[in-house]
Amino acid sequence: MKHQVNSAPKLEEGDKIILNHIQGGFPITSRPFKEIGEKLGMSETEVIERIKNLCLSGALSRFGPVLNPRRMGGNSTLAAMSVSPDRLEQVIALVNSYPEVSHNYERQHRFNLWFVVSAESEAEIKRVLAEIEAKSSFAVMNLPMMEEYFVGVNFQFEVE
Amino acid sequence: MDVLERRLILLLQEGIPLVTRPYEELAQQLGSSEEDVLQLTRQLLAEGKIKRLGAVPNHYALGITANGMTVWDVPDDQISAIGHRLGQYPEVTHCYRRPRHLPHWPYNLFAMIHSYSREEVLATMERIAKELKLTQFPHEVIFSTRLLKKTGIRLKEKTAPT
Repeated sequence: MKHQVNSAPKLEEGDKIILNHIQGGFPITSRPFKEIGEKLGMSETEVIERIKNLCLSGALSRFGPVLNPRRMGGNSTLAAMSVSPDRLEQVIALVNSYPEVSHNYERQHRFNLWFVVSAESEAEIKRVLAEIEAKSSFAVMNLPMMEEYFVGVNFQFEVE
Repeated sequence: MDVLERRLILLLQEGIPLVTRPYEELAQQLGSSEEDVLQLTRQLLAEGKIKRLGAVPNHYALGITANGMTVWDVPDDQISAIGHRLGQYPEVTHCYRRPRHLPHWPYNLFAMIHSYSREEVLATMERIAKELKLTQFPHEVIFSTRLLKKTGIRLKEKTAPT
């Protein structure tokens, strides 16, 4: 019950009930959707159909694993750049072209581009940051995590 | 990571199959058995290689469009205590210590706040600052104006030579 959300557009009650229950802990059993359905009072077919629709409508970014590169011998970092407006779209295309970039946001600040780089080795991360810097000719500020105090993205949708 | 682990993660990250027996479907693609895939998936979670398995909502599409990265410059000798207390607020979804880059970047503490409006994010930050007595430390909120990419962290097909 980490993040209380009051209303959400375009979601039916059944969708919200499902969303609140599948943001982690997806059953690792032979019939996982049946198990979820039994808990929520829905049929296995309804659970599958609703999740399909949530994926198709764009309500879900993904339905799968959230990976931890640090446990796979790799690492990830947050990087920021201060890019002039006339070059911004070009640099965005460059940054987004890297499969190692998992998230990228434009933000309202002197540092206007913020992205996450993950790879299976520290050397790969360094290479990606150096390449982006060289190809764009803008400096990349590297902000690796030094200590984690909390991570727990879990949006709860209020059911009427 | 062994070959089967890698192949399973590569398939899973394309999406858990939306069929009655998803692990059996994966087993067929891997030339393995449902029991082995279940076992291996449990193991990947237990080892923390998979942090969690399930749905990742697109908070933008769901109307949660105010994404505020609050950043704080707090004394290094107090940052752990402050960070843990900040992370306990239900509005905070991520909270990390990161390095300063002086003189351009003075902040060492990052806490992400997602909400329906910027006003709500700002009000939350100021309330937290007051409650944790952080008002004397420099802080600001940096709002996102565009989501440019959100694929999640993905494993690559092949390991690059190191």
